[in-house]
Amino acid sequence: MIETRGFKILRAVGLTFLTAIVVLPLYVVVVTSVKPLEDVRGMFSWWPTTVTLQPYLDIWSTVPLAHYFVNSLIVVVTATICSVVLAVLAAYALSRFPFKGARTFSMMVLSTQMFPGILFLLPLFLIFTQIQRTVGIQLNGTHLGLILTYMTFSLPFAIWMLSGFFASIPKDLEEAAMIDGTGRMGALIRVVLPVARPGIIAVSVYCFITAWGEVLFASVMTNADTRTLAIGLRAYASQTDVFWNQLMAASVVVSLPVLLGFMLVQRHLVTGLSAGAVK
Amino acid sequence: MALTGRSALRRRTLRRMTTLPLAVLAVGSLAACGSSPAEEVDTENLSGSITYWASNQGESVTQDEEVLSETIERFTDETGVEVELEVIPWNDLQNRILTAVSSGDAPDVLNIGNTWATSLQATGAFLEWEGEALEAIGGEERFIPSSWATGGAEGQAPTSVPLYALSYSLYYNTEIFEENGIDGPPATWEEFVEVAQELTQDTNDDGSIDQWGFTMAGASISNNSHAAFIRGLQHGGELYDDDGEPDFTNDAVVAGVNEWIQLMGADGVVSPSDAELVNGAESVEQVASGQAAMVFDQAPGNVFDNRGFEDYQAAPMPMLDADATGLEATQSHVAGINMSVFENSDNIDAAVAFVAHMTSDEEQTYLNQEFTGLPVVNDLYEDEAFQSDEIQLKQQILQDHAQPMPLYPSESQMETVVGTAMRDLLADVAQGREVTEDDVRDALTTAESQM
Amino acid sequence: MPVEPKLKDPPEPDQGVAGAGREASTTRPSPGERNQRRAQAAVASQVVQTAGASRRSRLFPYGLIAPASVMEMLIHIIPMVLGVYIAFLGLNQFTIGNWLQAPFVGLENFVTGLDPEGPIGSQFYAALLRTVVYTVISVGAAWALGMFAAVLLTSKVKGRGFLRTLFLTPYALPQYVGAIAWAFMFNQRDGVINRILVHDLGILDSGPFWLLGGNAFWVTVIVTVWQFWPFAFLMLLAALQNIPDEVYEAAAMDGASLWKQFTSITLPMIRQANVVMLLILSLWIFNQFNIPYVLFGPASPPEATLISPLIYEQSFNYWNFGVGGAMSVLLLVAW
Repeated sequence: MIETRGFKILRAVGLTFLTAIVVLPLYVVVVTSVKPLEDVRGMFSWWPTTVTLQPYLDIWSTVPLAHYFVNSLIVVVTATICSVVLAVLAAYALSRFPFKGARTFSMMVLSTQMFPGILFLLPLFLIFTQIQRTVGIQLNGTHLGLILTYMTFSLPFAIWMLSGFFASIPKDLEEAAMIDGTGRMGALIRVVLPVARPGIIAVSVYCFITAWGEVLFASVMTNADTRTLAIGLRAYASQTDVFWNQLMAASVVVSLPVLLGFMLVQRHLVTGLSAGAVK
Repeated sequence: MALTGRSALRRRTLRRMTTLPLAVLAVGSLAACGSSPAEEVDTENLSGSITYWASNQGESVTQDEEVLSETIERFTDETGVEVELEVIPWNDLQNRILTAVSSGDAPDVLNIGNTWATSLQATGAFLEWEGEALEAIGGEERFIPSSWATGGAEGQAPTSVPLYALSYSLYYNTEIFEENGIDGPPATWEEFVEVAQELTQDTNDDGSIDQWGFTMAGASISNNSHAAFIRGLQHGGELYDDDGEPDFTNDAVVAGVNEWIQLMGADGVVSPSDAELVNGAESVEQVASGQAAMVFDQAPGNVFDNRGFEDYQAAPMPMLDADATGLEATQSHVAGINMSVFENSDNIDAAVAFVAHMTSDEEQTYLNQEFTGLPVVNDLYEDEAFQSDEIQLKQQILQDHAQPMPLYPSESQMETVVGTAMRDLLADVAQGREVTEDDVRDALTTAESQM
Repeated sequence: MPVEPKLKDPPEPDQGVAGAGREASTTRPSPGERNQRRAQAAVASQVVQTAGASRRSRLFPYGLIAPASVMEMLIHIIPMVLGVYIAFLGLNQFTIGNWLQAPFVGLENFVTGLDPEGPIGSQFYAALLRTVVYTVISVGAAWALGMFAAVLLTSKVKGRGFLRTLFLTPYALPQYVGAIAWAFMFNQRDGVINRILVHDLGILDSGPFWLLGGNAFWVTVIVTVWQFWPFAFLMLLAALQNIPDEVYEAAAMDGASLWKQFTSITLPMIRQANVVMLLILSLWIFNQFNIPYVLFGPASPPEATLISPLIYEQSFNYWNFGVGGAMSVLLLVAW
């Protein structure tokens, strides 16, 4: 893009504004996390009068955070991988084969997003209970149940988005590969996926985040052994007291690894196109 | 979750009954059907294991687990029954119970907020405490009558038994009282408002009030509904009429609620900011930080301790007339936690034995000391562990000045609609709108129509 | 029914600029080469078709969607059907323990929940209208911010790697944390927003209430936009990667202004991603539950009650699952 002076000014102003609105709440979270409990309330002070790292030590004993963290990782990572794989397959079918029923399938997938999620809660729980009884696979209170739930939650959007990405990749590429004797699946894996990388990464991030912060279903479908982080965070605010500083400290702690992951992944959001480009 | 022998057994039985996977959505219904006559309970020869859902009583789930593990260990030593414990945060407890009730995928024993007892009783999912089950826990006479009364609707066998008791009382910041030369806590509502007005001050003369006479969690639905209940009774009126129909608009309830709202309105002793407080703990914080002088609360100990605050005292909640008797002498609802046993438990014997264990004198002493609750059994009234002034006061309130929240199945809906109506009235006051007694009556009328 | 993106239609050759550009970045084929390759491809597909006009290749796409279909069936469709069924039952605290025996009450729940004159129905329509307004504003703002940031950070600006990560943080923060942080900030007594307005800038004399009354609606919008714009940003950033620089260069040579380039190149080329994203974003925001729940607790202020919290209230606070179900069914039909 040719950058005019006007564009550069607009860009500077725009990025400053966006940075400010993103940073303000983050700053409040971090500053509150290093205040002693008795200083948390009372007029917000930009800088704490007493800085303490005690909340960062206390969070581990108030709530078994490390345990919940591991649970979240197991559930969310598995759900993300499964969801992306299933979505890639379905999206590829939708974007490449004008098969009968494609429209029905995509409508079915979309329709699930129109129903308020909270209304699934009770029916899904009843169905899981039924499966437990008839098939003997424990779903309520296990990682598996939550994995199945989360992977399906992000499926509709993942399928739609990926078929959009796939559709913008010309067929010629795969067909050329197929002349060389590669099968359909081979062409998908070797030709289409690498080109669709930014889309796949964006969709994976979406699946991950959707599951990472989910509270309602996790609150009913987990037990003490399988509770996830999102539930754990709420436990800092109990009926008896609200540990604001610990809540904020725990938020920082659970968000850091995710941000680190983002940082690694965001580089792959940029394909060779703009990076190694022709300029 | 580990597969216990129990659940494997249940699964086998059920599989035999169900052949078509889809048809069996139906089996959810096995869960619980109505109340059956008193079970035969044998708490002598126990085996196997049970699952127990505990509510979060201490300051954290972890602390609760530690406390309860000890008592569970003693139970296992005595009986050989393994207890799988899960401590559930309050946010989630009601929904967990609901899904458990509807699906039948439930624990054997669980804690419930005692105000939910009648609403949950209506589901028919819980064991009725009569006959041998009642004998196993030592009979009704062991328990404090007011706490026992929360177990279920009048005239029916209760489906829950008291575990921890609590009561509201007035907590005040003694430092503020001393500075202003106020000798003791107010006894009547009139005195209370006067003292609160006197203590509402601009201590640093910057033109805005920084010390309020009283504080409340104005956005807490349950606290609001408790206030409506207690204040209504003090004026001699109940939230339900004699036929068990909601009656939020009788003069007594309207007067009681109106006085409550006017604490922030006409009396001006409550900070408008309090209209935003969702959690009772947040209002207790105001007393600890010296921003408010008085608060009504059930158990503010943790909040005070965590902030190193010691200058407080407890007193009875003021009544209209210091010599009031009967319903008009109400100072609190009978607050607390009850225990229920799921009727479809396949180890009812052990479940009942566990409830007996938790309500035994020894465990009551231990648990209520750990969780700063009040024992629910009469014998412990004289126990040396419960002789502090605050505990004595609260026991006295519980015994002589507390009434159970209305014992009707629609109790939980009532809490929601009344509590919400009061929250909205307080929000109006906070935003500078004038709220009159007629507005209060209108709001309660609307609330009643939602039942 | 909103615009449905065309999923079946393969992209037309000339819309495939993205792919062409991709090739361009590496080898830049001449028009001749491109035609040749296209011819090859045509032959190839013919080969594939003749050799595999068998059932196997016809079943292939069904095989691809099968796993996703099974999961959708199990986790979404069956519970949804069950949810619709519940709307016709008198499912409340008296019947919940044995819900299959719950009486069939026909349209009674629809009458209770949806009668505009009734106490519950009137709330429903007000909440519905409010939710539509909330959705339009929030989606619009989230999209605008996301698009703006995506365009800015696709250009070569210093520190864009850092800013990309930074802008994604609101999205990376668990939703609960984001919302509770804002509730903390909007607190009337001592929150940072009133501190800035009253103490630091002196714009106002006394701190207004944000979480009560009419402002509560705008707070919901602000928190929603704050949490969702990074998502729009992420998706648009990925979509913009498919537009090669050359297209802009060519347009710039033709003297097209930046705005013109944006409207005539950027927008059309990412149209499909855009439509899908907007559609899904609208559905989520419309059904938003977590944000109001964390900001206001189980019952929102009347001025800010959205449709999902209202349904939750009916179902889980009043244990009136039938009425909650009836409201949901109406939503489904309304779409």
